[in-house]
Amino acid sequence: MRQLFRNTSGGRINRERPLTFSFNGRTLQGFDGDTLASALLANGVRTVNRSFKYHRPRGILAAGVEECNALLTVDSGNGRVPLVRATMIRLCEGLSAASPSGFPHVRFDCGRVFDATRRLWPAGFYNKMFKWPNWHVFEGAVRRMAGLGRVPEGQDAMRYRHMNAHCDVLVVGAGYSGLKRALEEARSGQDVIVAEQDFEPGGSLLLEKQDSGKAAADGWLHAVLDELRTYPNVRLLLEATVSGYYDHNVLTVHDRSAMSNGIETFCKIRAGRVVLATGAIEQPLLFGNNDLPGVMLAGAMRHYAVRFGVRCADNTVGVVNNDLAWGSLLDLHDSGVDVVAIVDSRGEISNRQAAAADQRGIPVHTGSVAVRARGSGAVTGLEILDSRGKRFGIQCRSVAMSGGMNPTVHLYSQAGGKLRYDEALACFVPAHCTQAVEVIGAAAGAFAAPDDYRIAPRTSAPFRSNTQWVDFLHDVLVSDIELAVRENYVSVEHMKRYTTAGMAVDQGKTSNLNALSVLARLTGQDPGNVGTTTFRPNFMPVTMGAIAGNRQGGFYRPTRHLPAHQWHVSQGAAFDSFGLWKRPAYYGVDMQQSIRAEVTAVRHKAGLFDGSPLGKIEVSGPDAAEFLSRVYVNTVATLKPGKVRYGLMLNENGAIIDDGVFVRLADDHFLLNTTSASAERIAAWLEQWHQCEWPELELIMTPVAEQWAVATIAGPKARDVLSTLAGVGDLGTDILPHMSFRQGRLASGLPFRLQRVSFTGELSYELSIPAGQAASCFAQLLAEGKHWGLQPFGIEALDVLRTEKGFLHVGGDTDGTTNPYDVGFGRIVDNKQGDFIGLRSLLRENHQKASRRQLVGIETLDPEAPLEQGAHVICGTNGQRRSEGFVTSACYSPTVERHIGMALIENGFARQGEEVRIYNMGHIVRARIKPPCVYDPKGEKMHA
Amino acid sequence: MLRITCPYCGIRDEDEFRFGGEVREPRPGLEVGDTAWADYLFNRNNIKGLQRERWCHADGCGQWFELNRNTLTHEFDPVHSNGIPRPEFKG
Repeated sequence: MRQLFRNTSGGRINRERPLTFSFNGRTLQGFDGDTLASALLANGVRTVNRSFKYHRPRGILAAGVEECNALLTVDSGNGRVPLVRATMIRLCEGLSAASPSGFPHVRFDCGRVFDATRRLWPAGFYNKMFKWPNWHVFEGAVRRMAGLGRVPEGQDAMRYRHMNAHCDVLVVGAGYSGLKRALEEARSGQDVIVAEQDFEPGGSLLLEKQDSGKAAADGWLHAVLDELRTYPNVRLLLEATVSGYYDHNVLTVHDRSAMSNGIETFCKIRAGRVVLATGAIEQPLLFGNNDLPGVMLAGAMRHYAVRFGVRCADNTVGVVNNDLAWGSLLDLHDSGVDVVAIVDSRGEISNRQAAAADQRGIPVHTGSVAVRARGSGAVTGLEILDSRGKRFGIQCRSVAMSGGMNPTVHLYSQAGGKLRYDEALACFVPAHCTQAVEVIGAAAGAFAAPDDYRIAPRTSAPFRSNTQWVDFLHDVLVSDIELAVRENYVSVEHMKRYTTAGMAVDQGKTSNLNALSVLARLTGQDPGNVGTTTFRPNFMPVTMGAIAGNRQGGFYRPTRHLPAHQWHVSQGAAFDSFGLWKRPAYYGVDMQQSIRAEVTAVRHKAGLFDGSPLGKIEVSGPDAAEFLSRVYVNTVATLKPGKVRYGLMLNENGAIIDDGVFVRLADDHFLLNTTSASAERIAAWLEQWHQCEWPELELIMTPVAEQWAVATIAGPKARDVLSTLAGVGDLGTDILPHMSFRQGRLASGLPFRLQRVSFTGELSYELSIPAGQAASCFAQLLAEGKHWGLQPFGIEALDVLRTEKGFLHVGGDTDGTTNPYDVGFGRIVDNKQGDFIGLRSLLRENHQKASRRQLVGIETLDPEAPLEQGAHVICGTNGQRRSEGFVTSACYSPTVERHIGMALIENGFARQGEEVRIYNMGHIVRARIKPPCVYDPKGEKMHA
Repeated sequence: MLRITCPYCGIRDEDEFRFGGEVREPRPGLEVGDTAWADYLFNRNNIKGLQRERWCHADGCGQWFELNRNTLTHEFDPVHSNGIPRPEFKG
């Protein structure tokens, strides 16, 4: 339980509050204020994970977002979350963490065999190796081994919420630059949000050592935070990572500050201006075995020492190429980590640096580079090549490396910002962006005062390139980039995809710059000319739940209930989903039995159907008739008020998109019915034509689908049933013939609309009543109609009834290419005067060819043999077989007591009576082409 | 995500809008040849730069309007070019 690597004093941890946590089953202790990573290091844990591909042992590399080894599975009390950076999560009591990889254990992993045979698995090996016999032979095994952790199972205990926020200025990062700017903006009255991913604001101010520097930094920090708190126009978000930067200054923030209460927040911020004060990320160096546990970023080691009072190792060798790293190494030495040597690849160091090293007794090797780290499970020494070409070894327990800084420009790049390569800084800095964004501080390349930051060029060590890691997360080696270049993947985008350097959850935070530098060297270019790849959202992984928010389960999408839903429930309806609607599919328990009973009732007595979702659009105005004439295939002008006509709508390609009847209520007033599924779509489509193409036409359109509920009464006794409604008027066929309309008020005072139309082939009325009265109206009709044998029927029975009649179901019997000629409506097109949507396309030769697929009826030779919708009609013999069409509707018809259907078949009209073969559920079924209508072909029933 | 200014409702999120594509030549009559008709149906200029396009504030006022967008940067021309004056509402 002792924290052997914790200094006795110092750091921003609360030593009064020890916390117990577990790692891979071991119980350990840390302090409040620790991150999981600092607590692990304090306990001397070195190997935290196994690498993705070669299963090499890996230790903590960094102290912030750039950590790419310690991606652990963490449970803070609300379920297991994979891929959590140990450096980014605040330690809490009872936290349990585990290494996602390593079999049987992370410290001894059988997968190490992949490391021993590394030469066999270079970049892109899977593209070459698994070709014979085929990829699927290997797929199972590869998928089991791949991946970074496992997806949690079961119910998610976390709650997720979405928030929206607006502000004048969003400052990303609460370090020195960010806080300073936030204060200035706040003072000038701007509405400011500051988002900081750490649980403590301050950034590098938190890394000032225990002396006068710390006092000054703390003093400044407290003063600024205190003042910011006094402004009502400032919101400071902690543990809130800005994960995405989208167009028009919309940014997403993943807020984990309430995680201990089981809540994660995903916030969309719309900012007037954005200030990126995101700092910079220290880059690793390339030398042999630079991935061994114990090799860490110099800045990170200083971070652990100063902020958490943790020594990452007892001693270390500093390997650097720049000035900033010197500060880290000296601080490290002063914090109790013995720096046994400093290896600087630059030929000269400043007098100040030389004096500081001298004073502390640290030997300095200038013009020298690290060749390789020694050790197998952890660092035991470092091999160095000095300026005179001499190679020698130093014993050490860790390596503190620094390859210079790179601005954290991920968000800037996501915003569309372009980067520029700065020779002096040897990194990419922001250049220009069209969005209202400003980059300040280290993120803009201002790491230190000018002249205080000198850096040597990035190189890789003169050592075997297949031992030098460029991308730790994906196990990409310098040799992999060499291979990519040999195979001519010399563009940076190609190299990235070929080697996977800089991809996925890490987004190249520690790998991009080194990969580019290696590519630049191999292709003889400037790093600036090689360019960078595009950084993608999210900057840090965001839990799927946070993105989904509360749009899960029943909230995923709305459910629409019919106005008379409860009445249908009371009638024993079995509901099915049709778009968003829940509609009665049938009434009763046994589906097939119910459908047959319902069909029989409609054919012999009467049935009651709820057609409320039917699309209803009123079009009125002096140009209403002209407008409809342009959108319907059918003639509109000759329709008399009070009459109903069938209408077909096409798109401009000539394909059928909707059908339904339309009523002329008055000379300048129409009521359109659309199919239920397309009610909203057609209303929007008509609006678009009116507003965009024909704004000169005077008319208004009003969708009234939700206002009216529709009760369809169909069957030989429909007239008798409907007559029981007092005030509905004389229903005699000479007064209200088929395809006519009436409106008025019932005796109860209820307004109604009545159209005599039929989708079942029987005498049929569609009665519209105000939606709120639907349930009582249905109940009344059924009570009165019982005498005539009235019973409710659902969508399934309706589909059988209309299939028996051969009536078209748009979207079922048609696809995106079906035109009016194909479904037997050619005469309507030919009779139409003037232009309409789709006509010009129909005039093309292809639209009238006889070889097109045409809608025909179909029946199996064996009346008991069922057909399935979608089954293909096959022609030709073995080897030459092909589909010449498919079944579009199929059902058992209780009326003719056999299986029937409709199909779109090439040249179908001319092939009446022909026998065809249908490939149906794995078997060939023989069937005959027939006219689509098998019931009352003359239509005497519906005209009765 | 784009922030789009509806001439009637003001600035709103892209989610509320439906994209109507680039503004085309007026719809040709029946007399045009097959090639010209195919052009109207299928071919677009796909401009790199400032493009005049249609948007509909579908989950708002339902009105269609035209505006200019830079397809490279998503910058909108602040002036709506549909010629419809913003209506004055009296509260």
